[in-house]
Amino acid sequence: MSTPEQNITAYGFGKFRRQAAVAGTHVTAKRLRIPERLLGAIVPVAGLVVWEILSRAGVFPPNALPAPTVIAQTILDLARSGELWRHSGITLWRIVVGFVIGAGVGTVVGGLTGYVPIARKLLDPLLQSLRNIPSMAWVPLFLLWLGIQESSKISLIALGAFFPVYLNLSSGMSHVDPKLIEVGKVYRLGGLQMIRRVILPAVLPEYLVGLRSGLGLAWMFVVAAEIMGASRGLGFLMIDGQMTGRASVILASVILFACLGKATDFVLEVVGKRLLRYKTK
Amino acid sequence: MSSIALQDSTLEVQGVSKNFGSNGSALEVLRDINLTIPDGEFTCILGGSGCGKTTLLRIIAGLERDYSGGVRLGNAAIEGPGLDRGLVFQEHRLLPWLTVNENVGFGIVDLPAAEKVERVRQYVELVGLKGFEGSYPHQLSGGMAQRAAIARALASRPKLLLLDEPFGALDALTRIRMQQELLRIWSAQRTTMVLVTHDIDEAIFLADRIVVLSSRPGTIKRVIGVDILRPRDRTSYRSIQLRKSIYREFFANEEVPEDYEI
Repeated sequence: MSTPEQNITAYGFGKFRRQAAVAGTHVTAKRLRIPERLLGAIVPVAGLVVWEILSRAGVFPPNALPAPTVIAQTILDLARSGELWRHSGITLWRIVVGFVIGAGVGTVVGGLTGYVPIARKLLDPLLQSLRNIPSMAWVPLFLLWLGIQESSKISLIALGAFFPVYLNLSSGMSHVDPKLIEVGKVYRLGGLQMIRRVILPAVLPEYLVGLRSGLGLAWMFVVAAEIMGASRGLGFLMIDGQMTGRASVILASVILFACLGKATDFVLEVVGKRLLRYKTK
Repeated sequence: MSSIALQDSTLEVQGVSKNFGSNGSALEVLRDINLTIPDGEFTCILGGSGCGKTTLLRIIAGLERDYSGGVRLGNAAIEGPGLDRGLVFQEHRLLPWLTVNENVGFGIVDLPAAEKVERVRQYVELVGLKGFEGSYPHQLSGGMAQRAAIARALASRPKLLLLDEPFGALDALTRIRMQQELLRIWSAQRTTMVLVTHDIDEAIFLADRIVVLSSRPGTIKRVIGVDILRPRDRTSYRSIQLRKSIYREFFANEEVPEDYEI
C-alpha cells in the first residue's frame, strides 16, 4: 500500500543518501527515514495537545469546544449508561440493511445495463439525472411517503448506496476488454459462463470501488435521515446534544460516526484486498 | 488420439472472400482465397499490414462471420469458434486474475479434476513454464506469457493451432528463442499449425509452406514450399535465396540488393 510512496522516497533520496554516505553523514540520512510512517500523526497529535491545553486554560469556552479528554469522558459515560450501544447499534443496523438493499439493487440494475445495451439506453439517462439530486432533497419526500418509521430512513440510505454501485458496475461491465471477451468466445463460453468466468472477475475492481463509495454515501445519508426524524441513532444523539447545548455529545457523536464509518469501510477494504490478491502479488 | 486426428483433419479454405462494411462502398479485404492445409503441416501466411491475413485466420478460428465461401476442418464446416481449433493472439490475452495453471486450464472442460490437473501439468511443462504454475500474468515476461498462451491453446488438444503474429510484440532475441520453442512443440505434438506473420525470416525458419498474400484485397500471390531440412540455418544460402525471392514479391519494382560480390 505504501510502496509507491516508499518508491518515490527511495528514488528521491537515493542519490542524496549515497552522497550522504560518502560524506560520512549516513546516520543522519537514515534517521530522517525512520519516522516517515508516523509523520502523518505528528500534526493531529500536536493539535490535540494544544487543544487540550487551550481548553484547560479557558481560551475555548467549554460549552462550545470542550477539551478532548472531556469528549473522551462523554463517550465513556455514554458507553456506561448503555446509550452508546443503543444509538450506534441502531445506526449500524440501518446502514447494513440500507446498504445491502441499495448495493443489491445497484448490482442487479448495473449488471443488467452493463450487459444488455438496450437496457442501458433505456435506463441510464434517467438514473444519471436522478443521481444529481442532492441527498437532503429526498428527505422530506421520503418522510411524506414512508412516514417517520424505519422504512423511510432505510430507503434513503439504500438510495445513497445504490448510485455508486450502479454507476461503477454498469460502466465497468460495458468497458470490459473486448479482447478478453474474445478469449471467452474462442472457448465457446455461453452467456452465464462468460459473465461468471470473464466479465465478473474483470469488473471486480470497479465494482469494489463502487461498493466502497456506496458505503460512504450510505453514511452520509444516515446522518441526513437521523437528523431529520429519528428518536434513536447517532444522528439523533447529535441533534439531542445540540438541543440540550452539550457540545461534548455532538463531538462524541462525530467521533463515533468517524470510527464506525472507518470500521465498515475497513471490512470492505479487507474483503476487496483478498479478492484482488492477484494484483498485488 | 492421433489415430482419430490423423483420420481427416485437413483444413480446407474454399473461395473465401470478405468485405468490411455492408454497403456498396465496402472495403474488400479478402478475395477468393483457396487453400488446403494437410494434417500436421506447418503453414505460414505471410503478408504486409492490411492484407487481411489476420482476418483470414479469424475466419478459420470462427470469430468472423459474414464472409462468402466455405471453411472445413476435416468433415465439419466451420461455423463458429470450437475447441478443435486453438488460437494464440498477438498479445498473450491471459486472464490477469488467473494463475498460469488456471489460465492453461481455462479451456479444458468436461474432464475429471484429476485428469485436468495432469493435463495442465503436461502442457505447462511442454512450454517450459515449470516453476511458474502459481504466477500471475503480470509477473511474467512477454515471452513467458506467450508460452502460457500457447499452452492454453494446446491444452484443449485442438486439431489445429492458429497463431496470429504470436511473437510480434516480443523483442528480437526472445522472438528467435520462441520460434525455436514453437518448432520443438510442433515436432512433439504434430498439431497442424497456421501462423500469420509479416516477418519473412520467421516464415522461412518455421514453415513447411509459405502462403504469400497480396494487399487490398488480400489474394494468394504465391505458395512456396520450403524444403530446407530442420533445424534450419537462418543464414544458409538456401534461406537467403528464398528470402530474396519472397522479397521480390513485395518489392517487385524496387531495387533488390545484389546477390553476388566481385
